[in-house]
Amino acid sequence: MAAIEASKPARRRRVRGLAVNFGRFAIMLATTFLGLLAVTFFIGRVVPIDPVLAIVGDRAPASVVERVREQMGFNLPLWEQFFIYLKQALAGDFGISVLTTNPVLEDIRNVFPATLELATVGTLIGAGLGVPLGVVAAVRRGSIADQIVRIVGLIGYSVPIFWLGLLSLLLFYARLKWVAYPGRLDVAYEYTFTPITGLYLFDAAWTRQWDVLWDAFRHIILPGSLLGYFSLAYISRMTRSFMLNELGQEYIVAARAKGLSERRIVWFHALRNASVPLVTVIALSYAGLLEGSVLTETVFSWPGIGLYITNSLQNADMNAVLGGTIVIGSVFIAINLFSDFLYRLLDPRTRAK
Amino acid sequence: MTSLLTVSNLSVTYPTRTGIVEAVRGISFQLGRERLGIVGESGSGKSQTGRAIMGLTPSPGVVQADALSFSGVDLLKAGPSTWRDMRGSRMAMILQDPKFSLNPVMTIGRQITETLRHHENVSKREARRRALAMLEAVQITDPERVFGLYPHEVSGGMGQRAMIAMMLVCGPELLIADEPTSALDVTVQLEVLGILDRLVRDNGMGLIFISHDLRLVSSFCDRVLVMYAGRIVEELASADLSKATHPYTQGLLDCTPKIGESRHPLPVLERQKEWAA
Repeated sequence: MAAIEASKPARRRRVRGLAVNFGRFAIMLATTFLGLLAVTFFIGRVVPIDPVLAIVGDRAPASVVERVREQMGFNLPLWEQFFIYLKQALAGDFGISVLTTNPVLEDIRNVFPATLELATVGTLIGAGLGVPLGVVAAVRRGSIADQIVRIVGLIGYSVPIFWLGLLSLLLFYARLKWVAYPGRLDVAYEYTFTPITGLYLFDAAWTRQWDVLWDAFRHIILPGSLLGYFSLAYISRMTRSFMLNELGQEYIVAARAKGLSERRIVWFHALRNASVPLVTVIALSYAGLLEGSVLTETVFSWPGIGLYITNSLQNADMNAVLGGTIVIGSVFIAINLFSDFLYRLLDPRTRAK
Repeated sequence: MTSLLTVSNLSVTYPTRTGIVEAVRGISFQLGRERLGIVGESGSGKSQTGRAIMGLTPSPGVVQADALSFSGVDLLKAGPSTWRDMRGSRMAMILQDPKFSLNPVMTIGRQITETLRHHENVSKREARRRALAMLEAVQITDPERVFGLYPHEVSGGMGQRAMIAMMLVCGPELLIADEPTSALDVTVQLEVLGILDRLVRDNGMGLIFISHDLRLVSSFCDRVLVMYAGRIVEELASADLSKATHPYTQGLLDCTPKIGESRHPLPVLERQKEWAA
């Protein structure tokens, strides 16, 4: 009975602790977002781009320019503009894109899934190959295998991705005809296939349109592999160094003294410990790809967020640029939170008692 | 005395850029089901000796010997899989600091059952039962709770007991304890030593106790080997410690303070070149 009574305040304390944690977390999230909104807003106002001219053109009479300026609220003081911007942004209204004449949010809803899909495929390939390669390189340190992984990684990291992209298109599409041409789908499917989430692979599989799935796969595999190669280079290097660190620890000697096989020691004991910092590395590399890889998206005509923001920037479409920046920032925050969560899951030492 | 372990002219060498480092230089001894202490300063080769017997000399180290056999098995001819089968089940090793020698992301219970399930074909439930019994045997009062804890959640003494449990759960015949109490508080040291002593005696194990603490070793072991610069310079029965003839051993004994003795000036161990010859 005593134990049950004693556990009551303990539980209450735990609940309160959880609430405090959640409150702290919410405040942190809110201030981060506020900071993000403020920075993007002021950058948008500081850059020497006149959003009014972008709309009316540079040959409009002064009276028209003045009227549009007033309509857009640029005559108001800066803090008031920021306040209005904040209110609209919180309501999910980032204005209209000058370039596409659609609401920015709608545009982003169209382009972001393309980037998300590409970055996910890239990261899956990069981590799926990079981690094992790094482990092998660490275990056979100084061997031929280690050197090969080093060179493969170095090439992936240092060769410009647009050059690799063009060459691989030339080889795998034009010569060998193994993969499909740039774009997300064949033209035939582009008008018959209605996406649900915008992640074509997922949508096609969900609606059981296997021919579309195959087609989408043929389109994504080349740019996905290239991005994967790029992140593989980084991930394999980091895996190698984390693994070398773990393999030198005393608990590895203890595991050997227990008579465990090398395979279990390397792939279970050491890798399980190395996976803690690896999560951060992979998450950051994923976040980097989600910012939109402009070069890859350009080479492969991939209608993603990198291409969208670059186009908007070149056309002085400030609403679109700011909206895109905020989406990327939010994704960054979300991925950081997720990797924090995974970190806690993987490492018992970081869990709250 | 039936010999459990025979070591004859064992040497461990490491090739380095500046030449060959001889960590252990031709040592020989026999071990029955007794408690043998190996004492020496750091770098004297005592830990390397223990690791060579376990087959855990890290590469690029080279182990050579005229004979190295463990209860009828010729270790010099043993392949990696023979080694693996014996480690953990027939010979085991306890390391110095439980903070580093336990896997930080696995619960203590899981690390104990891992040894068991790796060597014996036992069910999960049976493994758990035996791990709990083993935790009890190392005098942990609430084994159920400790079973589910992570290494960072227990004290050093508790961690070292878990380490002992993990290594002894399969009932090995030989235990090599490499400075098992050096990282612990003095009060905890005696407790852990007591547990180790009882388990070794009850199970009739052979024990090699490696330490730099001559007094501790002599009070705990039947026999003491004193190592210096990769060689055994003296072998003594623990009771005859005062009859040590080698100047290095005498020097070590002189360094231990005695109550009521004036120590001015402090005795200094002056190494002679010929000791290392």
